Amino acid sequence: MSTPEVTETASLKGAMADYWSRIKAGDIGSLPAVLGLVVLCIVFGSMSSVFLTPGNFANLLTQAAAVIVIAMGLVFVLLLGEIDLSAGYTAGVTGAVLVILITNHNVPWYLALIAAICVGVILGFGLGTLVARLGIPSFVVTLAAFLAFQGILLLLAGEGGTIRVEDKTILAVENSNLTPTLSWVFFITVSTIYVLIGLNRINARRKAGLKTELIKLWVLKTVGLLGITGLAVFALNVERSNNPDLVSLKGIPYVVPVILFILVIGTFVLSRTAFGRHIYAVGGNAEAARRAGINVKRVRVAAFMICSGLSAIAGMIFASRQNSVSPTTGGSSTLLYAVGAAVIGGTSLFGGKGKMRDAILGGLVVAVIDNGMGLLGYAAGIKFIVTGLVLLISAGVDAVSRRGASV
Amino acid sequence: MSTPILSLRGVNKSFGPVHVLRDVDFDVHAGKVTALVGDNGAGKSTLIKCIAGIYTPDHGDFLFEGKKVEISGPRDATALGIEIVYQDLALCDNLDIVHNMFLGREKKRGNVLDETAMESLARKTLDGLSVRTVKSIRQTVASLSGGQRQTVAIARAVLWNSKIVILDEPTAALGVAQTEQVLNLVRRLADNGLAVVLISHNLNDVFEVADNIAALYLGQMAAQVDKNEVIARQVIELITTGKSAGVESAGAKK
Repeated sequence: MSTPEVTETASLKGAMADYWSRIKAGDIGSLPAVLGLVVLCIVFGSMSSVFLTPGNFANLLTQAAAVIVIAMGLVFVLLLGEIDLSAGYTAGVTGAVLVILITNHNVPWYLALIAAICVGVILGFGLGTLVARLGIPSFVVTLAAFLAFQGILLLLAGEGGTIRVEDKTILAVENSNLTPTLSWVFFITVSTIYVLIGLNRINARRKAGLKTELIKLWVLKTVGLLGITGLAVFALNVERSNNPDLVSLKGIPYVVPVILFILVIGTFVLSRTAFGRHIYAVGGNAEAARRAGINVKRVRVAAFMICSGLSAIAGMIFASRQNSVSPTTGGSSTLLYAVGAAVIGGTSLFGGKGKMRDAILGGLVVAVIDNGMGLLGYAAGIKFIVTGLVLLISAGVDAVSRRGASV
Repeated sequence: MSTPILSLRGVNKSFGPVHVLRDVDFDVHAGKVTALVGDNGAGKSTLIKCIAGIYTPDHGDFLFEGKKVEISGPRDATALGIEIVYQDLALCDNLDIVHNMFLGREKKRGNVLDETAMESLARKTLDGLSVRTVKSIRQTVASLSGGQRQTVAIARAVLWNSKIVILDEPTAALGVAQTEQVLNLVRRLADNGLAVVLISHNLNDVFEVADNIAALYLGQMAAQVDKNEVIARQVIELITTGKSAGVESAGAKK
C-alpha cells in the first residue's frame, strides 16, 4: 500500500488564487450579497444617524426574520430548479391556523405550532405531488395555490378580518430578547460548537491523508466570522430603550436563535445527508440523478414539504410581529422579497446551486434596503423600485456566471 | 480461450412487430476489450440495454462466469458487477467529482455522509487508473474538459469492484488528444483485469484498443472475431453487408 500523501494548499496566496479562479468559473456564491451588504451599510450609515444604532439593528433583524425563514424554505425548492409562489400565503394560512387554535380553542402554543407546521407540510405535499407526479409546472401549481391560499386565509380570518394572539411565548419571538448574560452564553456555546466541528473536520481529513484547507486561512475566516457576530451580540446587548427605567430593551431577539436553529439543521441536511446531496443532483441533472438510482419524484415532493413546513414557522413569526393574523399576512411583497432574498444571497433560479445561508444574507440585504430607505424618508414606491433592481441585478449575475461556468 | 465472464446465447428481443435482436450470441472476456460495432439501427444499444437489465430479452440465455443467470432489472446487472457508461455521461455539472462518483450510492456513517471515506476511495480509484489529468477531485464537473468528464464517468463505473464495464461511444465527442487519453484508460481497465465492452463507430479506435471485435448486422451477430484475424476492410464489410470473405460467420461456428 502506498503511503497517503498529505498535501495542503500551499499558501494564503495560493488559496486566494484558487478562490479567484472559482469566481471566474462562475462559482461566486454569496460574494455579491456580502459586498452589497457592506456597501449598503456604509451608504445608509453615512446618510442617516439612526441606521447604525443598536436599536435599528435589532429592528432590522425582527423585520427581516419572517422573509428570511420563507427564503430558507424556498432554497430547497429553488435548488431543484422549481419555484413556490404560494410560500407567502402558506405562511398566512398556517399562521391563521396557529392563532385560531391558540386564541379560539385554548390550545397550548407548542401543540398549535406543531399543528400549524403539519398543515404546512400537508400543503407542501399537495403542491409537490402535483408538480412531481402529475408533471404540472411548479410555476402554475403554486400560482394557483397563491390564489387559493389567499382565499383560505380570507375565509379563516372571517368577517372581523383579524385574529389577535395573546399567547406570551408566541409574542415573545419577535418582541422579547434573551438577557444580555444569556446572549453571551448563547454566543459562546454556538461559537465553541462551530470551532469544534471545524477542527474535527480538518482532523478527520488529515488522518485520512486528504488535502486540507490551509489552517491559517481557516483560522482567519473563523476569527473574522466570530468577530463580526460577537460585535453584533455586543451591540444588541446595549440598552436600546429610550426610557430604560420604564422598559428595558437589550439582548438578542428570540427570533435570532430560531433562525440560527433552522440554518444549522437545514445546512446539515443539505450538505451532510444523502437526501441533501440528492436535492443538488436533481437540480443539476435530473436525468443523471434518476439513472443513479435516486427517486427523483420523492426528492421533489420532500423539498416542497420542507418549504411549506418552514413557511409555517414564518407564519408564527408574522403572528408574533403583528400580534395577530389578518387577510394580508404573508401577502403583498412577502413572497417576492423571499424569492429575492434567496436569489440575492446566491441561490440560482436555474437549480443546483445555493445554500441555506444565502437566504439570511439576501434577506438582510432586502431588509437593509427597506429599512435604510425608510429611514431616509423615501416613498414606498422608490423602495420597491430599488429592491426590484437589486433582484434583477442578482438574477443577472446568476445568469451571467452560469454562462461563464458552461464549457 | 478461457471461459467468458459473460456469454449471451440466442438472445432475441422484439418491440412490437420490430424484431431488433435475432439469436444473438455474444462473449465478453475478463482482461479483454471487446468492441461492439455495427451500423445505426443494428441493435447495439438494444443489446447493451439487455445486458444492463433495462430491457428484458424475449428469450435467450445469459451465462455469467459459466453459470446461468437472470437479469431482469438494472439492480441485477449492478449486483453482478456490470456497469454502463452512457454516451451522455449522466454526470451532475453542479456537483464535484467525488459527489458524482458516489451519486446514489453515497457512503454514510449513520445518517451522515462520510466525505473523507468517499474522497479517499475516489482518489484511490483515480490513482489506480493512473489518472493524472485531474487537478483536484473537489472541483465541480462543470469545470472539466470532455475527456476528463469521460474519465470521471469511467472511474465511477469501476469504483464498485465491477467486473464488466460497458462504454457507449466514449470518444464520440472528443478531440484527438483526449480520445487518446480515454483509449489509454480503456486499455488500462482491461489490463487491470476488467472485461470491457466498447461500442464505437470509429474503426481506428477499435483497432487501436480492442482485442476482440463483434459486428452486429440488422439485429444478428455477423461475426465475433479476434482483432488480429481481420483487417479494417473486412470489419466494414461485416458492418455493411453482414458477411465478409475469409471471416467465419457467427452462425457457421455452431
